[in-house]
Parts: sequence; C-alpha cells; structure tokens
Amino acid sequence: MTPSINSLRSGKAIYLALGLLALALPYIITSKYLLHVVIMCYMYAIAIYGLNLILGYTGQLSLAHAGFYGIGAYTVGILTLKLHWSFWLALPAACILASLAGILVGLISLRLKSHYFTIFSLCVGLILFLTIEHWDSLTEGVRGLIGVPPPNPIPLPGGGSIVFTDLNAQYYLVLLCLVFTIFVMNRIINSMVGRTFMAIRNSEELASTIGINVFTSKLLSFVISAFFAGLAGALFAGYIRFLGPPMSHPNMTFEFLLMLLIGGQGTLAGPLVGALLVNTVTESLQFMQSYRYVVFGPFLILVVMFFPRGITGGYYSLKNRIRLKKQPRAAHKEAPPVLAADHAKTKSEELRG
Amino acid sequence: MLELENLSVSFGSFMALRSVSMEVRQGELLVLLGANGAGKTTLLKTISGLLRPSGGVITLQGKKISGLSPSQIVRHGISQCAEGRRLFAQMSVYKNLLLGAYTCRKDKKGVEKSLAYVYSLYPILKEKENDPAGSLSGGQQQMVAIGRALMARPGVLLLDEPSMGLAPLVVQQMFDTIEAINREGTTILLAEQNAYTALKIAHRAYVMESGAVVMSGSSQDIAGNEQIRQAYIGA
Amino acid sequence: MELYFQQLLNGLTLGSIYCLVALGLTLIYGIMHIPNFAHGHLYMVGAYCVLFLCTLYGLNYWMAILISMVILAVIGIIMERLVFHPLRDSPPTNSFIAAVGALLFLEAGATVLWGADYRRMPEVFDKVVNIFGIMATQQRLVVIFSALALMGALYLFMKKTLIGSTIEAMSQDREGAFLVGIDANMVSMMTFGVASALAAAAAGLAGPLFLVFPSMGGLLIIKAFVIIVLGGMGSIPGAVAGAYILGLAESLGATVFPAEYKDLVAFILLVIILSIRPTGLFAKEGR
Repeated sequence: MTPSINSLRSGKAIYLALGLLALALPYIITSKYLLHVVIMCYMYAIAIYGLNLILGYTGQLSLAHAGFYGIGAYTVGILTLKLHWSFWLALPAACILASLAGILVGLISLRLKSHYFTIFSLCVGLILFLTIEHWDSLTEGVRGLIGVPPPNPIPLPGGGSIVFTDLNAQYYLVLLCLVFTIFVMNRIINSMVGRTFMAIRNSEELASTIGINVFTSKLLSFVISAFFAGLAGALFAGYIRFLGPPMSHPNMTFEFLLMLLIGGQGTLAGPLVGALLVNTVTESLQFMQSYRYVVFGPFLILVVMFFPRGITGGYYSLKNRIRLKKQPRAAHKEAPPVLAADHAKTKSEELRG
Repeated sequence: MLELENLSVSFGSFMALRSVSMEVRQGELLVLLGANGAGKTTLLKTISGLLRPSGGVITLQGKKISGLSPSQIVRHGISQCAEGRRLFAQMSVYKNLLLGAYTCRKDKKGVEKSLAYVYSLYPILKEKENDPAGSLSGGQQQMVAIGRALMARPGVLLLDEPSMGLAPLVVQQMFDTIEAINREGTTILLAEQNAYTALKIAHRAYVMESGAVVMSGSSQDIAGNEQIRQAYIGA
Repeated sequence: MELYFQQLLNGLTLGSIYCLVALGLTLIYGIMHIPNFAHGHLYMVGAYCVLFLCTLYGLNYWMAILISMVILAVIGIIMERLVFHPLRDSPPTNSFIAAVGALLFLEAGATVLWGADYRRMPEVFDKVVNIFGIMATQQRLVVIFSALALMGALYLFMKKTLIGSTIEAMSQDREGAFLVGIDANMVSMMTFGVASALAAAAAGLAGPLFLVFPSMGGLLIIKAFVIIVLGGMGSIPGAVAGAYILGLAESLGATVFPAEYKDLVAFILLVIILSIRPTGLFAKEGR
C-alpha cells in the first residue's frame, strides 16, 4: 500500500546491518594494516563530511579545508606533546580553535562572490600551510611533530582501562566520532537550517528574496565544516602521532575533493563512500604514488562532467528512475502553474547561452 | 517567406509559446502586438536561435532554420534588433556598426555601402561615430541598434520594441525610418506594445496573448477591431 | 641606492612575466568567465616545450618560443573543447573542480614524463650590460621588451582587428554578440589559444632566469589570480598594472623580508585587498 513504509523499514535495516558490521569489523579483519586503512578512511570521511556541508549542500567551493584539518591536528599535537595536556582536553580545544579560525576566515571571505571566494579560500589554505611550515618555534616546521602522545587511557569502572596504543581502541574512538558526525549531519540536513543551505546552493539571489540571511547561513555552514575538519585533524594527531606540514597543504584539500565528488556530494552517504573507495584504491596502488593523478585528474573531470552527484547520487537517480517506471503513467495535462523559482532559474540558464 | 508552424517554447514546465503559427510574407511590414509577457520577445528570440523550440518548425523560404545557432541564423539573412538594444556599450558607434557586419566582413566594399546606408538613415550617428555607444541618448542608441542589425544586410529584420522608453517625437521619427527601410525592400517583423503607431505603418498584424496568437489580419482590420482598440489603443 | 635600482629592474622583469600570464588569465576568466585554474600548468608545459626545443632539438631560442606558443595554443584549445565547453551550463564550481583535475593531471604527467628534478634552461642572452650604472644580464631586458612587444601585439589584435574585437564584444554584451553573428565557440577557442600562447611566451622568456620543474605552475596561477582580482576581472589595463605592482612588490619586498616569505606577499596582498574591497581594486562590475 504505502511503499514508503517498506522502504523506510528496509532502509533502517540496512543501516542497522552496516552499524553491526562496523562494530564487529576489528574482529572480522585480521590484518592490522587493513584495519589501519579503514581507520584512515573514517578519519578522512569526517573531514569530508565537513566539506560536503559547505560544498555539497551550500554550494560554496572552499579550498581552505586542509588548513582547518591542519589546525585541528597541530593544536592537539602542540597541546599534548609540548604542553602535556590530556588528549581529551586537547580534542575539544582543537575543534574549537578550528571553528574560531572558520569564523575569522568566513567573516572576511564569505562576503565575496563565489569565484573570488574560492580563490581567496585557496590563498587562506596556502597561508595556513606556509605558516605551519615556517613557524618553527611553534610547529617544528618541516621537521614536524614527532611522538605525539596517543589519547590518554580511560579508566574502566571494573578496574583496568582502555589504552589507545591498542589499534582496536583507536578504531572504536574514530568510529564513534564518525557516527557522531553522520548523526549531526543528518540532523542538520533534515532541518530548516539544512534547507536554508540548499536554498542558497540553488540560488543565492532567490534565497535572499525569500528572507534568508545568506551571509549568516553561509558562515554557519562554513564554521561547521571547519569544526569537522578540525575534529578529523585532531583524531589524526592522536592516531598517526607524527605531524608534518604536507597534511595541511592544498593538495590534501584536492584529495578530499576527489573523495567527496566520487562518493557523491550533497548526499549523506557520499563522504563515507568516497573515502572508503578512493582511499582503499589509493592504498592498494601505493606504488603509483606520484602517478596517481595522471589517472585521478581526468577521473575528477569525468566525474564532475558526467556524474556530478557521484556514486551515491547516481545510485539515487537510478532508484528514482526505476520507481518512476513502476508507477502508472499520468495523463499529460495542462501545464501546472509555474513555480517562480523554476522559471527564473531556467531563464537565467538560457541567457547564459 | 518566413514561416512558423506550431512553434512551442517552454521554460521547464512553463509554456512561453503555445503552438504558434505565423507567416511573414516577402517585403511586408508585419506587426506583432501584445502586452508584456505575451510571448513576443520569446518568439523573436526563438527565430534568432537564442532559444530552442520545444516543438514546431521555423522555415525560411522553405528551408528549416529552427535549431540552428544564432550565428547561422544571421548568415541566413535574419537579423534582430533585440529588446534592450544589447549594444557594446564601451565600444564606439562605428565599431558597433562594423561588428554588425561581422558575418559579411570579407566583403569590404559591401560593408562600406551598408555603413553609408545606415549613416544616410541616421545622420547623427556619423557625427557620433567615435563616441562610446553607451554615451548616446536612448533614441540614438536605438538608432545604433537598428543600424547594427541592418549592417548584416538582412532579408528579414526583426525589431523587438524599438520604441520602448523613447520620447513620443523620437518614436515617430523611429517609425518613419522603419517604414523607409521596409520600402527599400527589407521584410520587417516588428514586435510592439505601441499599437497605434505601429499599425499605421504595418501591412498586417498578429495579436498575441499568453503565448498564443489570438487574432490576425490586415492592419486596418486589426486597428478597427473594437476589442483591440480597447485593450491596446485605449481609444 | 643601486640596490634599489637593481631590484627595480628585477621587479620590472618579474612583472613582465606575470603580466603575460595574467593577461591570458584575465581573457579567459575575466571575459569568458571560465575559471581555468590549470592556466599556470599550461605555463609549465610551455616551459618544458621551450626547454626541450632548445636543448634536445637545438633550435634557436626565438624559434623555440614561437613554436612553443603554437603548441600551447593547440593544447589550450583542446583543453577548452574537452574540459570547459561541456561544462559551460553547469554551476561554476564544477568548472573549477574540472580545472583542478586538469591541473593535477598536467603536473603528474610532467613528473612522469620528465621527472621531478629542477632543470635549467640555457641562458642565451647572458652578456651583462650596464644601464645607468646597474649591471643586468641582457636576458632581463629581453624579457621586458619582448613582453611589451607581445602586449602591443595583443592590443592591436583586440582593438584593431574585427576578429579580435569579438572577444571584447562578447564580454560587453553576450547576447548582442550572438545577435551580430559572433560564434561563441570560436571566441572561446580563440581566447584559450591566445592565452595559452601568451603563457608559453612568458615561460620561454622566464626560463633562463628561473628553474623549470613540474610544480612551477601552482604558485604562479595563484599570483595570476591575485593580479586580476587586484586589477579588476576582465580589465586588461588592470591586469598589466596589477602584474607590475606585484612584480615590484615582490622584488622590493625581497630586500626587506627573507626570501622564503617572498611568495607570501601576493597572498597577503589579496587577503588585505579583498577584506577591504570585496569586489577587487578596480572592479568594473561586481562579479
């Protein structure tokens, strides 16, 4: 009767199954290396969820992302290694610092028109990278921070503690943060705030005419994206425990971008799918390190040209098309009253020649 | 000469032109009447290739031209002076006119002749030759726009609301020139809201409403029609 | 005092190179509104072209530059057709992303084909001349005067020829350009061809002065963007002014700040200017 209830049930069932799989993974996979790859995928995914929010949902291409990722990582690195803070204090500090940086950068840059904004964001990303690379007294520059302590052990009620030199413990920590990220993203997307972002993505002009404060909304989206980049970076610091400037280079942003686009921007599953797929392929093709982009470069172009919504988006359109085919054909009636948004958007598309 | 058969144009789900059929005969001055939003501009833009039809056919002397690119349409001899003039504002009047002859630029002598013709129609443009087109008055800009369209030596000239925003005296001069151009042999399709003056110089007219043709006939018949008088002339 | 004149000359030299690259970019980006982020990497390919034509094929310096200009024009047109033309109706972020893809491809390709080492282009005009008491290699003068010559040629092309005028016409009124029969595809290809050729010339002129390596395009493109944002998108005089301002600022800045920070000048300049005037210094329209 109502196909939607069934699909909802099957949807929930799939999520449950995936969740159980994720929980059981360390006991299913025996190879430590493989588990490490998965952990990295989760970590990247967290950062990419941030990018997905500002690009996929709000339509602003920010190329400063790796900079915030670096801020998150180095904050934890410096606080725990040099100032001997507890990781559990350094982590929120990193997220807050990244968010503050996001506010600062956003305040200046989001007033700019889209093209200027992207270039500006790239410059910011580059400045952040150069700062990390050259501020030797703070970041140890090109030498990097070596031996960042892992998250402090958490004492358990029945005696003993969770020690984070154990790979499994790291895995669950990162998984927990990933689940948190996805949960938050899901709530944002399905809220009024999320719809505001999407309205801006569709047309800033139209959004402002219906009363949306475009600047404030963009700023919110940008800051949240910086927050999650910072979170990912913080986890990176506690896990890899060695930080070098290259992690905050715009090239890292391009990697995030690639993963996001292949996974599917503007979707909830996209970032995770993209991170899992691309990172796994990259890892298995280790020998191809510098030649990767000879393939990935054109790949990015093809994806953006033919599959702008990535794998996840493609999956949804396929599902849609199948669903429409199953429905009985509605008789072609008089054209319904035109939506101003529709008309205006296509009119401007036409004029762009 | 120029025929539209069941031409439809849609923007998404909005039908801007609904199955419009029309005929422009060789040598005539045809007026397209209608209020804002009636579809006149959409019609002219589609003929010029700026918009794609979603249905129907446009033929020029029997040959199908719907679906061709704008530059190809110009090469087929259909030139438009569009709504809002669309001049190259920072370029000189001379350059604007010269660019009007872009499709026949190889024929230097022909271009000179066209230029001379345009200057004979609008002597003031010769004076203002080197001034940026955007610095001219509204009426003068309209002259540049029409002149530029003429430089392509079109067999069919499309004019979209040339009188818009112009003072009444200027409007009269404008229509006199348009009539003169027609008498020289150029077929003209003129879209206008200013029904009274337009009908005086036209041979035939079509009236459009909400994307469809609602009436057609000789200009006297249309001008004499009671409904038209009330709706568009207010007499 | 002499030091400052020396740096002035260096600044003019640097500015000339930036100018040729920025001109190309302002044509493509400011006028055609195509964000070709890979423009700097076209410059890089141009550098390698000139390098190989000189060293492997032993061609005369000027011939090498001319042939490279032609090769790059072709490559630029191919890029326009394959990458940007299909994306013309998509949101601009897609074009930006595609440009990033092209950039990554070009850099990786260059690394694979030619290795990541820094190469030297043989210096042809290495005689030192004495102008007003400053010692300078001829090469710097060659760069400055060649750049001026190319700028002059570009000006003549765009203002005095009808075909060249179509580029400006298209940027002043797109629909008007269509109405007079100008073909958007032709203009697009021509703009890319001209811009890429200019980049090749810049690379050839700069080659003997600086090193050639696969990632040389990355910093340059950002500086080029800074320049056109400073000078106003789509403004040719603005691009020229901005280029020389940046060149001089970097050169004179090098006397004050340590060398590694030289590159920061461009970015900091951008950040400051856009913070104060979000539309750029000499903005024509608020794009």
